[in-house]
Parts: sequence; C-alpha cells; structure tokens
Amino acid sequence: MRKKFSSCGSLKGWLYLLPAILFLGAFMVYPLVDVLIYSFEEGYNSASQTYFGTGTYNYSYVLHDPYFLQAVKNTFILVIITVPLSTGIALLISAGLNSITPLRELFQTIYFLPYVTNTLAVGLVFMILFKKTPYSDSLVNLLITFFGGNSVDFIDGPYPAKMFVLCFYTIWVVMPFKILILTSALSSVNQEYYNAAKVDGTSNFRIFMRITLPMISPMIFYLIITGFIGAFKAYSDVVALFGTDLNAAGMNTIVGYVYDMLYGDSGGYPSYASAAAILLFAIVLTITFINLLISRKKVHY
Amino acid sequence: MEVVLQNLTKKFPGRDRKNPSDVIAVNNFNFKIPDGKLIGLLGPSGCGKSTTLNLISGLQKPTGGRIFFGKDDVTDLPPENRGIGLVFQNYALYPHLTVKQNILFPLQNLKGKDKLSKAEMLEKAIAAAKLVQIEGLMERKPRELSGGQQQRVAIARALVKMPRVLLLDEPLSNLDARLRLQTREEIRRIQRETKITTIFVTHDQEEAMSISDMIVVMKDGIIQQIGKPQEVYDNPANLFVARFLGTPPINVFEGCIRGGKLYIGEDAVLTPKDIPDQDVYAAIRPEGFICRADGVLNCSLKGIEVMGRDISIVAANGAAITPAIRVIANAGDTENAEYFEEGASVRFHLIPRKVFLFHKETEERIYYKEAKERIYDKES
Repeated sequence: MRKKFSSCGSLKGWLYLLPAILFLGAFMVYPLVDVLIYSFEEGYNSASQTYFGTGTYNYSYVLHDPYFLQAVKNTFILVIITVPLSTGIALLISAGLNSITPLRELFQTIYFLPYVTNTLAVGLVFMILFKKTPYSDSLVNLLITFFGGNSVDFIDGPYPAKMFVLCFYTIWVVMPFKILILTSALSSVNQEYYNAAKVDGTSNFRIFMRITLPMISPMIFYLIITGFIGAFKAYSDVVALFGTDLNAAGMNTIVGYVYDMLYGDSGGYPSYASAAAILLFAIVLTITFINLLISRKKVHY
Repeated sequence: MEVVLQNLTKKFPGRDRKNPSDVIAVNNFNFKIPDGKLIGLLGPSGCGKSTTLNLISGLQKPTGGRIFFGKDDVTDLPPENRGIGLVFQNYALYPHLTVKQNILFPLQNLKGKDKLSKAEMLEKAIAAAKLVQIEGLMERKPRELSGGQQQRVAIARALVKMPRVLLLDEPLSNLDARLRLQTREEIRRIQRETKITTIFVTHDQEEAMSISDMIVVMKDGIIQQIGKPQEVYDNPANLFVARFLGTPPINVFEGCIRGGKLYIGEDAVLTPKDIPDQDVYAAIRPEGFICRADGVLNCSLKGIEVMGRDISIVAANGAAITPAIRVIANAGDTENAEYFEEGASVRFHLIPRKVFLFHKETEERIYYKEAKERIYDKES
C-alpha cells in the first residue's frame, strides 16, 4: 500500500516536471547532442541529411582554417582586454558612486542609460564617433588632428585601431550592468565593518583592499565569470561595428565564424560550424573551470 | 584615563516634514568618569545611550560641548587618534579573516614610529587573545565560533592596541541568558586586569547593576541619575529611575498625604516627616513588604509565583497603577501557602526605607536630597 502510494507520488512529481523537461529536451539537450554528432560527421548535408563518414576531419579542418585562427585570436584579445578592464572600471565607478550622496541617483541613472538604449542608436553614436565618411571625419579623429596627430580610420583601417574600437564598444556596453550589480553589492556591506576599521585607524585604501573587496568578492566573481562567457560569445557588437563580412575585415569572432559557416555567403557547412561551436564550448568550459579553481582561494562567501 | 563630558549635546535634524524640529539624542551631558572604572550607560531603547557612546568614540560629531580624555580635548579628533577600543553590538568581526588576522588588523594599521615588527604584532595579538582566553581559536574564522567566543574576539581586537578607553555597545545582547552571566563576569575580570576605563551601554538594568562601578541612567537624552548601582537603587531621584531599576519592578501606587499620613487608597500606611498635604506616587520595592495579618496595606491576593529561590506574592490593589503588584515573600510568609486562595485579603507591613514618594506632576522624588536621613517617624 505504502509502496503504491510513494510510486504514485513520484509519478506526480515527474508529471509536474514534464513541461520543463519537454521544452528543455527539445530545445536544449537535443540540439546540443545533435551539434556534437554533426561535428564528427564529415560533409553533412542538412538538405539531404547525408554524410560521407565519421571522424575528426571537421576539427582538423577548422583548426587549420586561417579564418578560424584569426577569429580565435580576435576573441581572446577581446576577452583578455575587456573583462578585467570593464570590471575594474565598473568597480571604481561604483565605489565612487557609493561614496557620494548628492546626485548619486542622477549618476546612477546616467551610468545605466547604455543598458536601456537601443543598439541601433548606440551604433549611430559610435559611427559619429569613429567612422570616416567621404564628407566628414569622425569626431575622435577631429580630436586627434586637433592635438596634432594623424587621423586614423577606425572602421576600415589598421587592425589595432579596429580592435580598439571593438574593445571600447564592448566595455561601454557591459559597464552599466556591472555598475548596477556592484553598487548594490557595495551598499549591502554592513556599515559596522567600516566603523570598526575607522576606529582602528585603517587607511581608505586598506579598507577598500582588505574589507570592501573581500566582502563583495562573490559579486565580482560572478561578474568575471559572466563577463568571460559573454565576451567569448561576442558577435552582434562586431557586426554592428564592422558589417557582416567579418572575415574580410579580419575582425571575425568564434561565434561569427560559426554563423558564417552556416549561413554566410560562403556558408552551408554545418559540420564545420558544429566543430567550431564545440571548440568554443570547450574553451569556455576550460576558462570557467579555471575561474572556479581560482575563486576557491579568493572569494569569501 | 579619566573621561569628562562637558555640556555634550547631539541633535539630529528632524526628518518629519510636518514636524521638522530637531531630535535631541543627547541633551547637555555633564559627567566625569573616574580613571579605571567600569561605567554602565543604562536606559530604555532610544534614550541616546548608543549616541553617547558614538560621540565618545568619535564616530559621530557632537552638536555642542566638549569631550576630554584626561587633560586632552578629543572633541575634534577622529576616532583613530583618540586611543579607544570599540566593541560593536554585532561584534563586526571581519568574516573573511581568521581570529588571528582580526586581532592583528588594528596593529597592522600603525604607521611611522608606532610601526611594529611582525613578531611584536604577533606577540601582542597572542597576549590579547590570552587575556580573553581564546588563544586556542586563532586560526578559526568568525563564523566557526559561538556567540560568546565571537564576543571575546571582538574584545581582544579592541584591546590589542591597549586603548585609553574601552567602549562596549550592548556587549551582551546577542548572548543567551547563561552565557550572558558568564560573559559579564568575564568583562568585569578583563576590566579589572587591564584597568582600562570602560564604558558600556545596555538596556538591561540587571546587567548594568551587577558589574558597573557606576551607572548612568538616561531617558530621552537626559541624564536621570548617576551613582553607584546600589545607591541609585536605594535612592532613586525620580519615578522613572525607580521604575527602571529592579526585578521584579517597583510597585507604584497613587497615594496622598493628608494630615501628615501617607494614604494608599483607604489605608494610612506610613507617617512621613514634614511633608505638606498633597497627591503623590508612592513606590514600594517588592522586598519592602512584610506579610502580616495586622498589616497596614490591604490587598487582594491573585496568586503565588515560585521561581526557584524567589517566591513572589502577586496581589491587586485599587490604588496601584499596574493591575498586579509583586511582592518578594519573606521566609515564613508563604508557609501556609495552600490556605491562600485567589481573592482572599492579604495585608502587608511596609519597610519605610523601601518606600519612595514622588511628586504627582514632576515625578521627582520628594525629599530626594534628605533621603539618606530618615524621613519617616517610625522606622521598623
């Protein structure tokens, strides 16, 4: 009797879970597994659902494709520059915001504006800032020439200039969210710790390093992890700045490469795309794992 | 270190739009704390005792008045230059640092000529830890400690720099009853050993009375009375102090003086000296009653409360301002307890020095100054 009851109970549990399981299975688990399978099927054709054989050829092709290597290089540069910089600057701004009382809300709103602004509008602003047209030079270039430098083409010009614009844009876009998270984390630190430190004559710098940072370390860690993952998945920002032909511009990212392999002008290779996607997955997994290892020592919950 | 407060005042701007008058948290304090004593600031919540402590620590700036540590005027000094140790109500131990790191923290802030070598710091930290008996817990994190142990760590952290004045904000409020007893003895012992002038804030009169050399009773930002605990208990300046000190609380009756006799209800209970006829509050300590068949005060019995050693008689009297009065029974009073039944009449003699008279309007003690002499004709 009891056994029947309990099995009935667990059945009920599964019934409640069913909608979520169905959706997750159909739209997450199945595609993920499928991608993994495609990546080992050589020359898979999605129209005819045929392939020549299985093996690691897709991976070897992708890893020897100069476009892919360029994309990996671009993505890594983007990640390494933007994640620490954006988190660091956001931390400084939040600490500043937290220490002022008048106009704090005004500044908070201003810093949060990029988060709610339309991407196209933002793109337009960056165009005015950086794009050189036959009729006028960009705002930044006007500044550079004003101070006696040579104007640079940030959109179609040399690689470092383009990379600079991309990093600048990425940092600017991710900043509001980080500031929002960090200001709330900072204001949740118990004032008593600061009072205790003050009574002991702790310098402001030491208070920040020894008390504030450890106290908000879980939030910083969260921002770094999501920052890494977000930056590795960069694509739309690059398109917004440099157009769709990213390989030609030399500014492709890994996600961009995957997209091009599927739907780009030279696309139609789901196998290569899958292999590249799996490689990206492996990279992100590794980085996150390393992050978690480091956090064991540095993050105080 | 002697601590002197001179006309100390702290006002907070009123937040209420309809009534934007300032809130006076500390109103014109004048008192001197002798060197090496343990002082309890005592009062109900919101009476300004924590604000006073914050003013002494320097975490808040006074609106007016001066603070002296010995001969030094510290009013305008920031907290770190005053030479104080402060123990917070919630201890404020840095949760990410070990006990040792927490105790070392104040020492690591020292700069210039005060700078200590690592070995010296460690030595001092261990000495402080030994003083509060936590030397075995040095590598633990605060969350791995019990409340009492955290309290000790907080005290060690406050003591490690050998402050001139030690301040404790509600030091026992986060501890359970048994631990509270233990810890207050501990605070007493540490204070005696270090001889550091210590000021602590509490709303628990028992706590303040048991360990302080001197208590300061406060209400609404105004000092009500300062004195040795027993003196304040035996000789309260006003009705508030009388009611605030003592468990069970003092029993207050509406009474009047007619023809030189103190009447409570219909009963003439005492014959005070030279007091003109007037309405008064008569407050009688629970131990000021003697249960006698021919007693002068007639009450109706509500019950007997037995709490361990103490037995109290709960009774009602129409003139009492509380529905029940509590009387600590003397040995013998309750021998016939089973014959007591609810509603029965019970009569008491009063011990005159346990009876205090207060003005009906001002609630000030009548003949407070002379109270040390006998003001009653008949002293039993």
